[in-house]
Amino acid sequence: MEAIYALAIGVLTASGVWLVLRPRTFQVIMGLSLLSYAVNLFIFGMGRLMIGGAPIIETVAQADPALYDDPVPQALVLTAIVIGFAMTALFLVVLLASRGLTGNDHVDGDPEA
Amino acid sequence: MLLFTEARRAARTIIALVATLANLLVALALAYIASDAVPSIWPDGIAVYPLGGWQAPFGIVLVLDRLSALMLVLNAVLALTSLIYALARWRKAGPHFQSLFQFLIMGVNGAFLTGDLFNLFVFVEVLLAASYGLLLHGLGEPRVKAGLHYIAINLAGSFVFLIGVSLIYGVTGTLNMADVAARASLLTEDERILFETGIAILGSAFLLKAGAWPLNFWLPPAYGTAAPPVAAIFSIMTKVGIYALLRLGSLLAGASGASVPAPFNDGWLFGIGIVTLVLGTAGILTASQPQRLVAYCVIASAGTLLAALGFGGTAMKGAALYYLTSSVLATGAFFMLCEMIDRTRQTGEDIPLEMMEPVGQEPVDADFTDDVVGIVIPAAMAFLGMGFLACALLVAGLPPLSGFIAKFLILSATLTDTAPGPVPVTVWVLWTSVLGSSLIAIIALCRMGILLFWSSDEIMIPRLHLVEAAPVAVLLLLSVALAIETGPAMDYLNLAGNSLSSPQIYIDAVLSGNRPSGPLPAPSIPMEGIRQ
Repeated sequence: MEAIYALAIGVLTASGVWLVLRPRTFQVIMGLSLLSYAVNLFIFGMGRLMIGGAPIIETVAQADPALYDDPVPQALVLTAIVIGFAMTALFLVVLLASRGLTGNDHVDGDPEA
Repeated sequence: MLLFTEARRAARTIIALVATLANLLVALALAYIASDAVPSIWPDGIAVYPLGGWQAPFGIVLVLDRLSALMLVLNAVLALTSLIYALARWRKAGPHFQSLFQFLIMGVNGAFLTGDLFNLFVFVEVLLAASYGLLLHGLGEPRVKAGLHYIAINLAGSFVFLIGVSLIYGVTGTLNMADVAARASLLTEDERILFETGIAILGSAFLLKAGAWPLNFWLPPAYGTAAPPVAAIFSIMTKVGIYALLRLGSLLAGASGASVPAPFNDGWLFGIGIVTLVLGTAGILTASQPQRLVAYCVIASAGTLLAALGFGGTAMKGAALYYLTSSVLATGAFFMLCEMIDRTRQTGEDIPLEMMEPVGQEPVDADFTDDVVGIVIPAAMAFLGMGFLACALLVAGLPPLSGFIAKFLILSATLTDTAPGPVPVTVWVLWTSVLGSSLIAIIALCRMGILLFWSSDEIMIPRLHLVEAAPVAVLLLLSVALAIETGPAMDYLNLAGNSLSSPQIYIDAVLSGNRPSGPLPAPSIPMEGIRQ
């Protein structure tokens, strides 16, 4: 599972970086989205991968932390998703404004430059 | 503030002014208590406030020490002056100026106060989100183009930040800065490699925010095209990155025992700082627009700061903090002044303001000094000329203003910290680049001043409002006061520098949950923006 997970993050990051470096604004925003997916998966993976483990530890019985999932990365990834999503939406608005003002979708506003 | 409709400008303005003023008062009070004025309240000038009552390292803590108190005061001063400046016309150029402005202040305050890495990320995102909106304030094609680049690079930077934070969490199992530093020395060899990778990734994100080469090509267009009051408050934003580098670097240096990981250790910071300084100075020389010139001055000051901090030594820390204070005040005033100077020229009118009519304040140029023999200089032009001169002196570091004292302190600190004997190469490099950049800055600023004030035929006497001239005058007078009161200021800044050099006190204070015994003013600062 770890190998597939790592491969997925790697592929997402590589495609994201390639797209961010492209000259069209739409490609940049797609690249940023892919990068944010990769980063979110990465944060999630930092809390150790586990199937079927609950993130809440029962305090009544003496619980073994090894049987439970780490709740902190799940909280972090939630925040990161929300922030990343909001920023991407904002970027989309600016992208459209730039398209409207310059008349093309080049990142510098001028395909010849 | 968001609840009011756009029409209720007066109500928004009053709330914004009151909130910003309260922010300044709270910041001043915190700085006063954090200095050794009342040692009974906060021992060592460190106050820890656990949010929600959760003790560190399990909950998020807000930590106030002398460095963060200093940054809070700077931010509050700059916020109040640029808000008053914006009242004249800029707040009308687009919607939600006031709300975004308060969010920006909240984000900057929070970033200076937090003691938690992920919380730092959240506050940085809050301030970035507000800054995206403010940068686009007033719209226009150059702003949208600069904004597009600015948002893209900062989004990428945020992802780098997140990767760094989560790597550090994966290795150490904690996000609290003090706890990270305390555990760094307990790591095994394999974990240490991962940890240093995480720190390096995190450090690059901070360097991006600080405007360090080679991650600063977004800065001149963004700062050069932003609305002037916005650009003025942005000049503290690059210092958020420097603050984070300083804070984490100091914690890691004290606790890990081993060498400090890559971008935080002295060699790296020094090298990056020197290159940033040299390239920023080259930019000053090439800039053809006043506001863009100031943007390059921001880069040059970031470079000087990084180089000075990278040079190391306790005396240097106090001197660098003095330079930081002086340069933030100077660039803030300079950005606002540039816009007023711009009004004397017919060209460069690319600012599509919806409403240009005065809001009813007394124009400064009402009292013409026309009984003087000789060429009549209207008061407005005289003010602009004097202001430009003062800003130029501050940025270039000539006496008698605080810019000179700041650079003098940095250069003298290089000599006090080194052992007797032959002068090391780093001292030579620092001296040459700091003095050389001052010389080039003088040349470029003289040229700009001559072009602006003396050699243009169609100079128009600008209409200045008192609310526009007063903030610039206040910022400049503050730097004069800083120059006069160098002794007391340096006492405080040296205390701040000393506490950075002994991070174990900070770590102990945070991890022992050292609650202040007095009333708890700490949370009132980040809450201010929320209350709007």
